[in-house]
Amino acid sequence: MTKRRISTLLSVFIWGGGQFFIGKQRWKGLLFFAMQLSFIGIEMMTGYWIEYANGLIKHFKFRLHGGFLTKGIWGFVTLGTKAGARNGDHSTILLINGIITIIIFTIILLIFSLNLKDAYFTGKMMEKQGKCPTFKESLRTLLKKSFPYVVLSPILLLIAFTVIMPIAFSFLTAFTNYNKNHLPPGTLIDWVGFSNFTKLFKVPIWSGTFFSVLIWTVIWTICATFSTYFFGMFQAILLNSKYVKLKSLYRGIMILPWAIPQLISLLVFKNLLNGQFGPIGQLLIELGLADQRVPFLTDPFLAKITIILVNLWMGFPMFMIMIQGILSNIDKELYEAASIDGANGFQIFGKITFPLVYKATAPLVIMNLAGNFNGFGAIYFLTEGGPVNANYQLAGDTDILISWIYKLTLTHQMYDMAAVMCIILFIFIGSVSFWNFRRTQAFKEV
Amino acid sequence: MGKRMKSILINLELIFVSLIVLVPVFWIVISSFHKGNGLASSTLIPKVLSLDNYRRLFEETSYITWFKNSLSIALLNSFLSVMLIMVTAWVVSRFHFKGKKNGLMIMLILSMFPSFLSMTAIYTLFMTFGLNKTPLALVIIYSTGAIPYNVWLVKGYLDGISTSLDEAAYIDGSTKFYTFVKIILPLSKPIIVYCAVSQFMMPWMDYILPNLLFSGESTKTVAVGLYSMITGNENSNFTLFAAGAVLIAIPITILYLIFQSYLVEGISSGANKG
Repeated sequence: MTKRRISTLLSVFIWGGGQFFIGKQRWKGLLFFAMQLSFIGIEMMTGYWIEYANGLIKHFKFRLHGGFLTKGIWGFVTLGTKAGARNGDHSTILLINGIITIIIFTIILLIFSLNLKDAYFTGKMMEKQGKCPTFKESLRTLLKKSFPYVVLSPILLLIAFTVIMPIAFSFLTAFTNYNKNHLPPGTLIDWVGFSNFTKLFKVPIWSGTFFSVLIWTVIWTICATFSTYFFGMFQAILLNSKYVKLKSLYRGIMILPWAIPQLISLLVFKNLLNGQFGPIGQLLIELGLADQRVPFLTDPFLAKITIILVNLWMGFPMFMIMIQGILSNIDKELYEAASIDGANGFQIFGKITFPLVYKATAPLVIMNLAGNFNGFGAIYFLTEGGPVNANYQLAGDTDILISWIYKLTLTHQMYDMAAVMCIILFIFIGSVSFWNFRRTQAFKEV
Repeated sequence: MGKRMKSILINLELIFVSLIVLVPVFWIVISSFHKGNGLASSTLIPKVLSLDNYRRLFEETSYITWFKNSLSIALLNSFLSVMLIMVTAWVVSRFHFKGKKNGLMIMLILSMFPSFLSMTAIYTLFMTFGLNKTPLALVIIYSTGAIPYNVWLVKGYLDGISTSLDEAAYIDGSTKFYTFVKIILPLSKPIIVYCAVSQFMMPWMDYILPNLLFSGESTKTVAVGLYSMITGNENSNFTLFAAGAVLIAIPITILYLIFQSYLVEGISSGANKG
């Protein structure tokens, strides 16, 4: 047998074995071996394997005696077998531990394959040169060759636990019956396959609500984005006009909604437009414009209009400032040439100003569309999705998908259905952003 | 249409829009000086002004604790995020390695996932590691959440800095990290300011996460505290809320106006360079 085969074979069973015995790389070999030991150690110390080996446990069960890793896999597959708050299984914790176990196994596999690859090269090196680099030398080559991985791996580990693990959990929830009838620790959760998805599209009250909410979400997204965009553009053009003397004063005032924290603006408007006590309603009555309180936020149609208008108030300054910056960079000679050729104001706008502004702001508009599609704040803090619509499944007239999901999760504890909707929403938003990022310059340069 | 007419119309429009912008701002500031605490009494033009609400805010609520919580979260988040973002963006911009393009893309797409549905998992994670005692633990979620988009942004910025400077440093025998700290960081000041300011602002008004993860008066943040003042009983605590809102909105608004140019640059480079 060649040295590279012996070395690899040794390392399959004893990590770092090939490096240690064949390559005489003591430290590196020991390091790999220590990792193997620690993985086995985690399992041994958290489980009852030693007691089992000594014959102290007759009927070995993963549920009771498995270590973190084996119990993790068992929990992931079964989601618990014994119900009850006392001594029973806690399905969600089992699911989360299962996901963590899978992440750990991925890391183990990664280190294992690195170990094998390294053992193979060690053997090959011994065949060709009869000696191997020392620990110091290999450490140096590691830092030189795999520098990005060495620096990024702690950050990636952090992301794996705080970003990927939670997303995996909610993704998997869509395939379980985790809802108010199955709440751990009292009751167990089970895997139910695709039945939540069929429920969403086959059960009329679910599909009806889903499509109505989806339609309003799309209308809201388009109105919210383009109203702020075009109004912002309009204000920017007016501000740039030569007739305006106090440019910086107007600009300073109009920038305010952008600078004031959104949550505060929303809560202020919520009170300002309050149907019972709000001062705007009061003012309208006193001026004789209305004979009773206007239900700004409680009438289905009026509430939608109000939300879009409040969003316009908050959103136009950002576009105004961006577009003002672009306008000031447009070459003045273009305008002079156009007016010499006899173009009127509208023609100049349509042929010169708008195309230039649009080209520079298109990615911003798309980012804004994606943001408004998930624009939780404007809806929730103004109306909480209300008024409640009796024909909808737990949704109100102004609910968009994300606020409906929020209610399903927090108020009604329908985690399973909320997760299904989340996946659909994610596919939608994900593909739009994928397409958007894909065509940017930075991505082509990666 | 005459020039005069045009000028009058344009100025009238600007004055009108300015008024619409100012009325809610004016109203909330005035409300905070109102005597009496109801929304019903908060008319647009008040009769008596007093500082009573501000006194009550400090004496009867835990506003100072909320403020301290939010401030420490914001400061720590700003610092940690900038470190994580700069190191990651530097590696992504300056080194070639397998899986860079796809990894970056996957990160960006994953960051679009609505975060609060994963709250159950984060909550359990916090419980397991005993992180549910201090609101500072939120920084872990905020700063890792900030990595994908901001790395993308900063990478675009760093790509614009010529590599000849790094190479010269390497020839002089400088190490990688030394080059990063001494050459890259000073050159990326504008984008660092953008990241630091935007990450500082973000936690102040986040309501969902702190509300879900923590309970109890001592762990409340400003956003959670303010919101709790007006939910359910809009009519009884409104002027108190107004005082709290004004007190927090003023410094944030001023910060925003000071760093406006950096923020504009950050957003537009996010749109152009990507």
